[in-house]
Amino acid sequence: MSSNSGTATRPPRSLLRTLRRWESALVVILIAVIAFGTIESPNFLTTTTIFFGGLDIGQIAIMALPLTLIVITGEIDLSVAAMLGLSACVFGYAFEHGTGAGLAIVIALLVGALGGSLNGFLITRLGLPSIAVTIGTLTMFRGIAEVVLGNSEVTSYPTGLTVIGSKPIFAHLAYPFLFFLILAAIYALVLHKTAVGRSLYAIGLNKEAAFFSGIRVNRTKFILYLLSGVVCAFAGIVYALQNDSSIYTAGQGLELNVVAVVLFGGVSIFGGRGSVLGVVLSVLIVAASQVAFTLINISSEEQQIIFGVLLLFSVLVPNSAAGYRRVRAWINQGRTSAPAAGAEL
Amino acid sequence: MQPDRLETPITAGDATDAHDVGGYLFAAEHVGKSFGAVKAVIDASLRLTAGEAHALVGENGAGKSTLVKMLAGVHEPDTGRLYLEGSAVQLSSPAIARDAGIAVIYQEPTLFPDLDVAENVFMGRMPKRSGGRVDRPLMLDQVNAVMNRLGVRLDPNRLTRGLSIADQQIIEIAKALTLDAKVIVMDEPTAALSSAEVARLFTVIETLRAEGAAVVFISHRLDEVFATCQQVTVMRDGRSVLTSPAAELTSDQLVRTMVGRDIEKRQAVQGVGSGDVVLNVDRLTREGKFVDISFEVRAGEIVGLAGLVGAGRTEIAQSIFGIDRYDAGSVTVSGAPLKKGSPTAAMAAGIGLVPEDRRQHGLVMDESIERNIVLASLKRVRSHGLIATTLSRDFATKWSERLQIKFNRLADPVSTLSGGNQQKVVLAKWLSRQPALLIVDEPTRGIDVGTKSEVHGLIQNLAADGVAVLVISSELPEVLLLADRILVIREGRLVHEFTNAQATEEAVIAAAAGVVAEVAA
Amino acid sequence: MSATKAPELVTHSAPAARQHRVAETISRFRPAVIALLILLIFGGTTIKNSSFDGLSNIQAILSISAVYLLLSVGETMVIVTRNVDLSVGSTLGLSAFAVGEIYNHDPHMTMVVILLAGIGIGAFCGAIIGLITTVARVPSLVVTLAALYIIRGLDNIVGSGVQIEPSVIPHSLVSLGYSTVIGIPWLFVLVVVVALAAGFWMRSFPAGRELYAIGSDPEAAVLAGIPVARRVFTVFVISGALAGLGGVIFLAQQATVDSTAGTGYELVIVTAVVVGGVAIFGGSGSVIGAVLGALLLQVINQALVAAQISAFWDSAIAGAMLLAAISFDRLISFRASRALVATEGVSYVE
Repeated sequence: MSSNSGTATRPPRSLLRTLRRWESALVVILIAVIAFGTIESPNFLTTTTIFFGGLDIGQIAIMALPLTLIVITGEIDLSVAAMLGLSACVFGYAFEHGTGAGLAIVIALLVGALGGSLNGFLITRLGLPSIAVTIGTLTMFRGIAEVVLGNSEVTSYPTGLTVIGSKPIFAHLAYPFLFFLILAAIYALVLHKTAVGRSLYAIGLNKEAAFFSGIRVNRTKFILYLLSGVVCAFAGIVYALQNDSSIYTAGQGLELNVVAVVLFGGVSIFGGRGSVLGVVLSVLIVAASQVAFTLINISSEEQQIIFGVLLLFSVLVPNSAAGYRRVRAWINQGRTSAPAAGAEL
Repeated sequence: MQPDRLETPITAGDATDAHDVGGYLFAAEHVGKSFGAVKAVIDASLRLTAGEAHALVGENGAGKSTLVKMLAGVHEPDTGRLYLEGSAVQLSSPAIARDAGIAVIYQEPTLFPDLDVAENVFMGRMPKRSGGRVDRPLMLDQVNAVMNRLGVRLDPNRLTRGLSIADQQIIEIAKALTLDAKVIVMDEPTAALSSAEVARLFTVIETLRAEGAAVVFISHRLDEVFATCQQVTVMRDGRSVLTSPAAELTSDQLVRTMVGRDIEKRQAVQGVGSGDVVLNVDRLTREGKFVDISFEVRAGEIVGLAGLVGAGRTEIAQSIFGIDRYDAGSVTVSGAPLKKGSPTAAMAAGIGLVPEDRRQHGLVMDESIERNIVLASLKRVRSHGLIATTLSRDFATKWSERLQIKFNRLADPVSTLSGGNQQKVVLAKWLSRQPALLIVDEPTRGIDVGTKSEVHGLIQNLAADGVAVLVISSELPEVLLLADRILVIREGRLVHEFTNAQATEEAVIAAAAGVVAEVAA
Repeated sequence: MSATKAPELVTHSAPAARQHRVAETISRFRPAVIALLILLIFGGTTIKNSSFDGLSNIQAILSISAVYLLLSVGETMVIVTRNVDLSVGSTLGLSAFAVGEIYNHDPHMTMVVILLAGIGIGAFCGAIIGLITTVARVPSLVVTLAALYIIRGLDNIVGSGVQIEPSVIPHSLVSLGYSTVIGIPWLFVLVVVVALAAGFWMRSFPAGRELYAIGSDPEAAVLAGIPVARRVFTVFVISGALAGLGGVIFLAQQATVDSTAGTGYELVIVTAVVVGGVAIFGGSGSVIGAVLGALLLQVINQALVAAQISAFWDSAIAGAMLLAAISFDRLISFRASRALVATEGVSYVE
């Protein structure tokens, strides 16, 4: 987020090279985790565990992609998991009322588009801060999901579709993970290879300069939020089919996991930096870790600590240089810092 | 915290000048300051007497801002010394300067919009009463007392959000007074003020003088200088070239001293004025910024927009380019009406804008040189719809060579370049689009002399190639050098048009500042 | 010694001044409006629904909302400085659990120790968060997000396999949960006292005013010599401490706790605080407003139940209210600044 909070600062540019190394560091960590897992348990690299690992991480992974683009532009979207839940419920509701799976999917995706547009409208047209708006929509979407399905659960989806939750494709790849990979490829292409994608970095680093260069900042952000709604709705459909269940608590609390995955993937919370590759690596690391830790009986609750530490680590490292200087400044107290010399005459 | 005072008092043999600094409330003696290759101030002296308003005038780039920053403790002089009441001092930080009794009121005051006037004045040093609570009655009394001293009515309970710039300045002045400031520097205070507010400010300055403070008044508005100040110091090219009582100067002399050099004027170009009309601006109006602006720019022509800071020229340019929406009037490019409020439409019509604020609007400082150059041409470096790295690199290389940008690698962040080279990157970004109309706002602000003339050459070549150019500049020599026609904007209105032949620096300044005499008809 | 009086400038920016006065007035009266809304909704529900026993329901509402109100106080302080604390729910859960554990080992532990323990744990968590935010300059959104994970994880580790039985909790604590003082639940009184104290501090003490300055313009705050890092650190410690206290209260009320205690509280709190008039980017808003905002959300909750509208609408309405609140604030300030632009600036020279 580009809002300047009470004490946070963007890390200096020389750390771009650090970031370039961030993806490399992620590769190293991934290898380490895999090695750890293989050593700790013979079951680690079996087709079953790979399948279930992919299955578990599927929704978080899918939701992480549109969020990556949004964070690169300096905004945030905390409503992702709530949209997943809403979409799962709408999908279930429609299906239960006889619309047939195909139409139900379309309806759910439309709801995603609507929700995303609401976010986009409030943030770009009204200029409201994205953190506040998406906290509001997060609550609202979850609430509407509750209204749609109440306490009941929709199950018994057609087995032709729920197979995505029970059978792998290509021997051990879970369908949700496959969807993620396909989406990741598309997002990577868009982010790194299209004019629009390139403009996202400019928007995140300096949205005025981007605007002065003819980039349509508001329109771009609106589209990103719209897409986020649609993709998260898609994730919701996947969730419903994979678990053969639609319930209003679907995905509750996952938004923070998604943000953690994105930040850990090297996407800067300040905007203007990050890559899809980093997020993919981050997803893989998290998936592998979850599998490994479960196999050695670390509970999922305990795994949460690891998540949190990872998240902190991912922001502390870029900021550590600044922090070190700050500590030294605290020690040499008394000097008010003078602003840097300008080129004005 | 008292400023460090050097032990040895000044003797006559110390300074190269035999001025008796003891008589002055504050004196800067032969100070100089450089930033890398750029010599902002070479040899400037400023001597302030208590109870006097002292004007500091000079063109943009003369070094006034840097001199002020040395007073404010933001920079320390490389050469020369500062004296407070006769003893040399080191103002090594803004806090120290503040404690020394020096206050600077900047053009854009930074207040806390969510807090009220009284809290803004006292933030960081609020008076307390028993139990540690804020002594609000005392705060209010003191603020009211100061306001009375200044002869101004401002409700101390009012939140500062939404206060006019004029009122915000008053609050800054009040802050300075509660800090017992003895030297109060006002940097272009009247740029954003209406005439009523200016009158109020002058009364305030009189009060400050009557109380024994020294006021430094930086302004381009010569009529105001003569109305308010007793002493004038003129700066030119980093030096203080004249200090004199205002009464002994005429505005004519003042202007000539400010300029003081042979002005190179643009050689009349053949066929200028006969190209097609590229830009037609008709009765353009934006509430609060400019009114009824109409002019044309033809292909191959360079039109200069001259005027004082705050006159509204940048706003006009930004309205044409679509950054801001105007309220009335129309813009036509090559005969076709231009949609307002859309930079995309402006760019599609062939307009480019090199903005005034290079760092905030012109460049993405953290991005590489290559990416900045390509930023406005992303669609042109694609093959099969995807950005091709080789195309992008070649594009950037070609244009950086053409503009002779000095850099290490294209992948380096643009923040590592000098000001001049940064400006060239911005120019590269726009020139690479081969615009029909290029608007350049302050083309050479903050760049060194060598690059300056390179940029001037670029602009002239552009015109020779048939591009229509609109140059906005506060540096008159530059306007006279470049422009075929000069339009003078004052307080949001187009007040005069000069052809290159008619224009003299004095005449343009006079028109810009509203000084009636000596304007050629 | 005063010079001639300066000319009056009233007329020049009058329309703008008026718009800003409107905005100012609205924000000043917002708490009152919310209080009014609370009374209206509550009153309306009582009248409409005869089985809605007014008195005991007031007590119930006040009791239930105690914890939320308490957490709102700390969150207000944090948000005013342009930060956010998303860890409050986890901290509350950790504190509740830890305190329960203490009782497990010694059912006769004194109240004082219990309170100190709860507050201490919370303050400790807050201190760590505060340190990372100020020293390492990490945005508080990220720090508190991470803290949310870590603390909840710790909570689960501490609490894995451990069950806090109601029987272990002494009567002295449990009775706090429902005992009343002149008809008002004791807990509520406690919370109100805390809220008033905090509000008083923020309104009348220099350090409190500095919090608003920091949120209003962080860079100007540094230039004004405000010890920003120290202040921000302090508010996180307070927020944590209050969350810790909330944990003790939670235990008193529920008399049992598991590792999901406090989950999701943070978003409810942030919603309540913003609805109550605290700007999400800091600089303005009051503790009173925030507390009333939290109360309003709870009252709506209860009203829905009583009106037999499915309580499922609760979240949807809360979310919509947050959006409405921030949209409204934005529209007001937008109109005010547009009025300013229209009147100041170009002067028409006579």
